[in-house]
Amino acid sequence: MSELDINDAVMTTRLDAVVNWGRKNSLWPMPFGVACCAIEFMSMMASRFDLSRFGAEAMRFSPRQSDMMLILGTITNKMAPVLRTIYAQMAEPKWVISVGVCASSGGMYRTYATLQGVDRVIPVDVYVPGCPPRPESMIYGVMKLQEKIEKESLSMRKDHIARFYESLARQESLQAEKGLTSQQAIREMLMDAGERGVGTIF
Amino acid sequence: MIIEHIDAQLPGTVTDRHAFRGDQTIVIAGEHLLAVVDLLHREGFQLLVDITAVDWPEREQRFDVVYHWLNLASQERLRVKVPVADGGSVPSLTGSFKTANWFEREVFDMFGIGFDGHPDLRRLLTWPDFPGHALRKDFPLDGGDVFCMEGCTAPYNNGERGGR
Repeated sequence: MSELDINDAVMTTRLDAVVNWGRKNSLWPMPFGVACCAIEFMSMMASRFDLSRFGAEAMRFSPRQSDMMLILGTITNKMAPVLRTIYAQMAEPKWVISVGVCASSGGMYRTYATLQGVDRVIPVDVYVPGCPPRPESMIYGVMKLQEKIEKESLSMRKDHIARFYESLARQESLQAEKGLTSQQAIREMLMDAGERGVGTIF
Repeated sequence: MIIEHIDAQLPGTVTDRHAFRGDQTIVIAGEHLLAVVDLLHREGFQLLVDITAVDWPEREQRFDVVYHWLNLASQERLRVKVPVADGGSVPSLTGSFKTANWFEREVFDMFGIGFDGHPDLRRLLTWPDFPGHALRKDFPLDGGDVFCMEGCTAPYNNGERGGR
């Protein structure tokens, strides 16, 4: 009987590394498709570009069953509270890719109706530029997100999401106390954040 | 053809008219609208295609509410314009045309024109406490301070908004 070498049977690593390795290779995307970027997204999921090569083919249209939100298109101010609710409903840990210029910065819509960047209301991990970006760009964005997941620590991600929940609770208490609509509450929080010079409400 | 019928049956209601490459347009006063609509409905103009409005800030009667009708039998189209002053209103057509309900809500939302007799005149496109009416010519494009357009800094770029 040959002697068993312990190094052949056991591997040592960090918990972060092994958990993140699993997470980055099994992202479950949820398309928040509101404009033409969603068409490019369909192309990205389909056979020619095929996101399943990156382990992210299990697309779900319910936020409860997904952990990577792709914001595909223009988010209006009226939609902002909906976006926050849907982000809050997603399974943890969760990531957000802002696809296209409209979602990232308002793009060409510098108007009363358009939210000037979704990063004002929810935390964004990766921005993909383009109008709309090509499927390759979106895949590159997913690869960048995978790199990011690889490097982050578990507690960092947890705190990151907890900060958002704290802002959501603040929004809800504002609505209850002052009798505001969700749009009004978010606007008030943005004005307050602008005065403090931070630009985000979470 | 329809304009002659209106002239014959409701003399004096049409204050202005023009035809351009087959587009027939008439201008009537708000108080005659319901009578004209009733006549149009009887004449076969049974599809209300659209209701919209135009803002003319320099005019005394500042807005034109514009209606488009299609006669499904003869494929004839008719545009009816009703001038209305700022803060004024026109009668609602929800009694004769169900589709007028949301059209009129949209015009109310975008221009602030009232519709008398509308069952549920709320804003349609913007949110309930939206400041002002977005399609008026004097409305600022970025909506004034809506959602902190000027004052906010972005989280990227060291907190600076970058060049304008």
